[in-house]
Parts: sequence; structure tokens; C-alpha cells
Amino acid sequence: MFELETARDPEKLKRVVIEPVTRVEGHGKVTLLLDDENHIRQVRLHIVEFRGFEKFIQGRPYWEVPVMVQRLCGICPVSHHLAAAKAIDLLVGARQLTPTAEKLRRLMHMGQVLQSHALHFFHLSSPDLLFGFDSDIGRRNIVGVAQEYPEIARDGVMLRKFGQEVIRLTAGKRIHGTGAIPGGMNKCLTSADRDYLLKDIYPVISASREAIRLMKRIYTENLAFHSSFGYFRSSTLGLVRADGALDLYHGGLRAKDATGRTIFDHVDYRRYSEYLHEEVKSWSYMKFPFITSLGPEAGWYRVGPLARINNCDFIPTPLAEAERRALIAYGGGFPIHSPLAYHWARMIEMLYCAEAIKELLHDDDILRDDLIVTGEKALEGVGVIEAPRGTLFHHYRVNEDDVVTMANLIVSTTSNNHAMNEAIRRVAERYLDGRRLTEGLLNHIEVAIRAFDPCLSCATHALGKMPLRVELMDAQGEVVDRLVKDSRGDFCVV
Amino acid sequence: MSQGHVTIDGEEVSFEPGQTLMEAATAAGIYIPRLCHHPEFVPHGSCKLCTVDVNGRHVAACTTPATDRQRVQNNTPELNDLRRSLIQMLFVEGNHICPACEKSGNCQLQALGYRLTMLSPHYNHLFPRREVDASHPDVLLDRNRCIFCELCVRASRDVDGKHVFGLSGRGIHTQLIVNAASGKLRDTDLAVTDKAVTVCPVGAILKKRQGFAVPIGRRLYDRQPIGMADARSGQKNKERDHG
Repeated sequence: MFELETARDPEKLKRVVIEPVTRVEGHGKVTLLLDDENHIRQVRLHIVEFRGFEKFIQGRPYWEVPVMVQRLCGICPVSHHLAAAKAIDLLVGARQLTPTAEKLRRLMHMGQVLQSHALHFFHLSSPDLLFGFDSDIGRRNIVGVAQEYPEIARDGVMLRKFGQEVIRLTAGKRIHGTGAIPGGMNKCLTSADRDYLLKDIYPVISASREAIRLMKRIYTENLAFHSSFGYFRSSTLGLVRADGALDLYHGGLRAKDATGRTIFDHVDYRRYSEYLHEEVKSWSYMKFPFITSLGPEAGWYRVGPLARINNCDFIPTPLAEAERRALIAYGGGFPIHSPLAYHWARMIEMLYCAEAIKELLHDDDILRDDLIVTGEKALEGVGVIEAPRGTLFHHYRVNEDDVVTMANLIVSTTSNNHAMNEAIRRVAERYLDGRRLTEGLLNHIEVAIRAFDPCLSCATHALGKMPLRVELMDAQGEVVDRLVKDSRGDFCVV
Repeated sequence: MSQGHVTIDGEEVSFEPGQTLMEAATAAGIYIPRLCHHPEFVPHGSCKLCTVDVNGRHVAACTTPATDRQRVQNNTPELNDLRRSLIQMLFVEGNHICPACEKSGNCQLQALGYRLTMLSPHYNHLFPRREVDASHPDVLLDRNRCIFCELCVRASRDVDGKHVFGLSGRGIHTQLIVNAASGKLRDTDLAVTDKAVTVCPVGAILKKRQGFAVPIGRRLYDRQPIGMADARSGQKNKERDHG
């Protein structure tokens, strides 16, 4: 039983619901239970997502899967596209892709992570960080950033656009393309494509470095607040290369505990089900994965940029590696657990992506037409990739007729489910306990969620159009206070 | 030898003896939208996309013989509105999920949706339950996408000589069936090289393991919108005839 997860006498407590917080391919909500003195007694993040894909992909031919499942998401579709493609590769016996195909997929993925990280930081999270968590709601959005800090907004737009262009040229479209097919890719880059991307690569690297400087400055200027905000300690999980390097496309699974001690390392991800199990809780539609050897109480973990930076031994590009060392040094050599340090790690990864894109663009393999391999057919495949938000598992079985009979997806949000719950409990306990609710205070909870997951914040923050209703009820269930955000993003008490 | 002339949208078009309006228009480089028509097969006249106005009457261009001095209206807002409605009805009567369909970019139904500026399905989706038959080693039959044009029926019967496909049932309950006691494609004599496998205008009959091999930008209707090929071949015919 986790502190503040389940109150002893919930029927005697006031219930505050934030619904929807925003969307994760469905809707999320936060419920708070408070006693008569407004002390926090229970906090839960519910992500009411309907992952129907696992069901309706059944009965479909396997070559459709990478294109179909990417519709899970509009922010990181490439991650689903490639995780599925890696699983499907195994079905067609393509255990090792051609150098051209693998590098093109890596290029696509680097473009994806770069654009997603830029969106996450600049468009969704920077308003909180630049203006303050409880600053004027009318200004706390990307338009406010563009007015107050036009150079920062320009960098964000430029970085995201560049990543989208990388995706377009490798997958055919900026969103929901078709580049990866079973056993490889359906196109290579032309030299004109390469030159087009290369002309912007140095501004992209420069803007990525500037983003790290900005995040570092924000974080350290109010160090005590930022490092303690939503603080909790946990294990971490992610992929690493055989030599321990950060690798977002392929590698073995590595897990470390909260002190940095290795739990398992270089695990073949096709055996993920031996190392990870999922727990079901009565109050959430989303499962709670945990490391099997540690059990559900101690085995929960987090994934994503900070987990990856904590997990890897080094980053294989020089500028990002120097920044990783600086972050690790700030942590005194120990794992860093502060949720807001996710943004710092995220910007380091963005620089890594920019450097990796430069290297790949200078590699002539991406221009060759040796795109497909096949081998002995198999009936089961697992594909794992590091999506922007964390480790993403796709697992499929097919029958002899090439039709999918089973699909299991463990998405990053699910892996971070417990971690996000933990973060908002800490925030509610520290900032909301015993106080009258305001939009600014409630935004503290969303800030903690945004540190992990952009999909949870996109509607309320990027566009400000997601309606939000918060009700404070007394112990008899009577509404005593109500706060409503309308579709224009305006708050009013009704 | 020319038999006479018709006018199509005011343009004078000559025709040969025995030609239909569709054939005369195509030879002249005028595109008339269609789905069930294929120049290699006997006209069917079932999809009604090729409906044109001849001297004030609506007729199917693919089955109507050209006769001298017919005044034909083809590319008019009124007719295209009707055609768009037909396309919309086809979309809602089946399960056409273009974003995940491997025929996307090569599909005549989708291409006509674009040509006729179909912005939404308009009608309520029926979401019929239709069976996918993946039993054949080389051919996938996805009935969700079938539009009952019977091109596969005609191709199998008239070209392949096999009678693999047929339609069963009536009205909204019509379904594409295969000629085997099991009802499965694997128990027919269909071969992947058969004409019936390549003639489907939508994604109902597909060669297996080919999906998405052609990248976006190089698919048939990425290169030229539907109808452009007719215009170009018609232009070539004119150049040949005049010079």
C-alpha cells in the first residue's frame, strides 16, 4: 500500500476531481480526497484510455500493423511505427537489417524524438517554467512565450519543424507515414534530401545547446524548489547499447534501483515478459507494470529521458555526452530523481538526436537502395524502442495465414503510471494540503504530469481549449466550490 | 471510320461504330468517373458513377451506345454532387479505413473521393461485419473493402476461366463469395497470377506481403490524380489523328 494512494475512510472525505486533465488517447483525470481541514488524504491519476488497438489489430495481416498502430498517437507515431516494424521484422525472418535500412530507421527515429522533445519542452512546458506555475493563466501558454521570449519560441518552432522534415523525408509524411516495412524500408534518401536537411543541421545543434543552457539556468536559479518539486525515488528502466551507450532505437534492457545499483542488464527484450509483470488496480483502467524480481510494491520504475540518462554509461555523441556529465556531476554521481530534471535530460537527448542526425546524414549508406532483407518466417515477434516518453514494447503473434492473433503493447505512459501518481501525490501533499484550491495550485499537479508526459498536457497547454471542471464537495457530497475552464481557456467560478 | 459526333460538355467528339459514350469519351481524352467499368470487360453499369445527362436523361455512359448528335453533360456540378453521394454511400456501406489500408494512394474509390472533393462520409457508417479471408497462401480477400463492382467476377470468368468469385444475397446483404464448399479462398483454384487478383479497384483483393512497399509520393494517384491518364492518352490520340 502506497502512502496517499488509498484513504482509509473515503466516504467521509471531500472529493475534488480534475476531469479531464487532458488526453492520452482518451481522457485523464485526477481525484483528490480531502478531510474537513482540506488535508490531502488520497491522490490518484486515472488515465481513462481505451487501447482498443490490441483488440482490433487481431485478424489483420501483419504487414498492416506498423502503419495501423502508429495511429495510437499523433505526437510520437514514429515510435509505434518502428516498434511494430521491429516486431514484424522478426516475423519475416529479418533479424539483421541492411545498414541502409537500419540507418534510415534511426534517422527517422532521431527526427521523431527531436521534434517530440522540442514540442514537449517549448510548446507545452516552457510556459510553466518561464512564467511560474501559478502565473497569469492568460499568458501561461506558447503564445505568451512568443510575445515575451520570441527567440525561445522561434527556436522551439524551428527545432520541431526540422524533426518533422526528417520524418517526412524518411516516412513520406510528417505524421503517419509508411517508411518502415517488414524487413526494412520502402525508400532511401536522395542526395537532394540529404543536402536539404544538412543546410539546417548546425542551427539545430546550436538551438539544442541553447535549450540546455536555458533549462539549466531555470532549474538552478531556484534549485531548492525545482529539485524538490514532486520528488520521489524509484528504479529506472531503459534500453542501452551493448557497450552501455544511450541508444534510442535498439539495445538490451537495463534496470537500476534508486541508488544506481544494477537490477538486470543487457536483457534480450524479446524475453521482457520474464522480467516485467503488470498489476491491475481496481481504481484505474491502466495497468501498473513492475520488475518481477522486486514484486509490485518495490518493483515499480520510471522510464523516459531522465531514466535513460541515469541508466546509460555514456552518450555516443560528444556535445551531448559533455552535457550528460554535467547533469550527473550536479547529482553528485548518484541517480537524479527530481521530476523536473526530466526536462533537463530531455534537452540533452534533443542535442544527442541533433548530433546523431548530423552523423547519419554524412553517412552514404542512407543513399543506397539496399533496403529489404527476409529470412525464415516466424510466428511471434517483439519490438522494443525508446520512444520520447520511454521504453515502448510491441509484441505480436500471427498464424500460418499471416494474420495477427495476439497483440500486447506496453506504452511508456503505462510504465510511468506509478511514477506519475507518486509525483502528483508529493505535489498535492506539499502545495495543496490545507489550502483553498486555485487554478494555480491545481496547475502544480499538471506541471508534475507534464514533466513525464506531453500527451497529458497537450490539450490544456498547447491550445488551451480543453475544458476543465473542478468541483469541491463536502463530506455529504454537496458541491461547495466549483471552478470551470471553458473552451477558450478562461477560468471562472460558478 | 467515324460514325458521327456527340458533344460532351460542349466539346464535339467523334465516335466509331459500336462505341459506347464511355469509349468515345475516353478515346477523346475526356474522363468520365467510374468504378465498375474496365475497358477489357463487358460493361456492367452497376456503380452508376459514370452517370451522364444525355438530352435531359440520366444514363450510364458505360452501357449507352453513342449515337449521332447526342448532347452529353458530364463534368457538371449537379452530376458531380450525385457522384459524390454515391462515393459517400460506398464508404459508409463498407469498412474503408484509408489511413491503415495498403491500397491507399492506389485506390480508385479513395482517388474519386479526392477528385469529387468528398470532405466527410456525410451518411452514418453502417459498420457491417465482413469476413477477412487470409487462407490463400498468396492472396488476401478483405471483404470490408468490397464495393461489389464484380470486376473480379468478370475477370475470373472471362479471362481466367475459373469462376472463383461471385456475389450472393441482395441489397445491403450482398456479399462476395468464393467458389468452394468451405467458402475459403485456399480451396479454390485461384492463382496469384490471375487477372482476378489484379483487377480490384479497391483494397478487397490483394497480393499478400506487398503492402506499403511503394513509398508515399510514388503511388499511382500520388503521381497523377485519377482521370489524368485519360486526358493524356486522349491528347496523344488527337495528336496522332491530326498529324
